[in-house]
Parts: sequence; structure tokens; C-alpha cells
Amino acid sequence: MEAAATRSKKLNVKPAKLGRDVQARLGQQLRAMYDEVVNQGVPDRFNELIDRLESSAKKDPQ
Amino acid sequence: MPMDDSVRKAVLGAVPSLRAFAISLCGNVDRADDLVQETLLRALANIDSFQPGTNMSAWLFTILRNHFRSEYRKRRREVEDSDGHHAESLKSQPDQYGHVEFREFREALAHLPSDQREALILVGASGFSYEEAAGICGCAVGTIKSRVNRARTRLAELLHVNSAEDFGPDETTRAILASGGE
Repeated sequence: MEAAATRSKKLNVKPAKLGRDVQARLGQQLRAMYDEVVNQGVPDRFNELIDRLESSAKKDPQ
Repeated sequence: MPMDDSVRKAVLGAVPSLRAFAISLCGNVDRADDLVQETLLRALANIDSFQPGTNMSAWLFTILRNHFRSEYRKRRREVEDSDGHHAESLKSQPDQYGHVEFREFREALAHLPSDQREALILVGASGFSYEEAAGICGCAVGTIKSRVNRARTRLAELLHVNSAEDFGPDETTRAILASGGE
């Protein structure tokens, strides 16, 4: 109890400086999560969308 | 407007990262894909305002981010929802992300204020510089830096991480202990 109180007091005095190792691990997790989506590549609907836009642009050129 | 082949390549090339960013903003894959689609339509309709030689990806991120912000404000007025919205939408679709191992992390991320979350993602995951992220979010570089710092600190608190040992194998161990302990 007392140790926790001392620690939180300490945290209040010197706010929020994360250790390098913690920052690095947070960064890794963040990128891993993000890359999981990136690695899915381009879903078909987006290729189809661009194709549709292109062919309609060819049909009626402005 | 016939589409330049390099434009087509650049736009499609940005899609995977735009999706990852959109999912982190709105917490829902389907909505994120709609957001990306609307972004592409807007971008291509305004391709003349893109300055060749500048960063196409940053330009698309800016459009997506602004579009999300205006949609979000609109929805928020409609629903009168507050902070819990993103976190709640995550809870209702736990399987949309696939990987269970990131669930805890995603939930923690969802509890960050949206300006901190987007700053952290842009700098920490999308790979933009602080300057580029500031351009995308329309704020000062110093603001981005402080948002990223606050986001990291808050994330560590939410995940109860005090040291690097709190990550990784321990998480599996914790899960085993938790399931075996009941």
C-alpha cells in the first residue's frame, strides 16, 4: 500500500517518461497490428472501382 | 479525365495503408473500406489539386482524415455519443480484426482520445515524419509530438505495461493462467 502510494507520488513528480524498451515494444505491437491490415493488400473492390472510373472516363472524355 | 498510369499506381499503392489507418480511426473494417472508397472518389475528382512531386500518400491520408472527421462530427451530433463510441464499436465486432492477439492492444488504442490515436498511428505505424503528420492533421509539429508522447504513455497505462517484460510471452502465460485459474 505504502509502496504504491510512494510510487504514484513519484509518478506525479516526474510525469510519464516511458522507458526506451517499453516504447520500442509498444511501437512493435502497433506496427504489427497495422501491418496485419497492410499485408491484406488491395481488396478487389478498389481495383474494380478504379477500373470503373477509368472506363467511364474513356467513354465520356471531358 | 483519363487516368494517368502513374496516378493509378500511386493511388492503388496507397490503399493498403489507407485501410489500416481507416480501421484504426473508426474501429470497423466495413466502415473503413467505405471511408477509403469515398477517399479515392474524392481524390480522383480533385486530382488537379494534387501537386505533382509532392507525397501522394500524405495527400490521400489528409483527405481520408478530413472526411472521417467531418463524418464523425455529423454522426456524433446524430447519436449524441461520447468517448465510449469507438471502444463500444470494437466490442460489438470482436472478430472483425481477425487476430486475437491484437485485441487487447486494439481495445487500449480505442480508448485513446482520437487526436492522440491518429497522431500515434501516423507516426508510429504509417511511417510519416512528424512534419508530414502535422500537415495531415493540420496542426503544429510540436502538437503532434506531444500527442504522440501522451498516446504512448496512456497506452502503457491501459496495458499495464511498466517494462518490456510485461509484453510478449508473458501475455500468453497470462492467458493460460487466467483460463486455468478459474
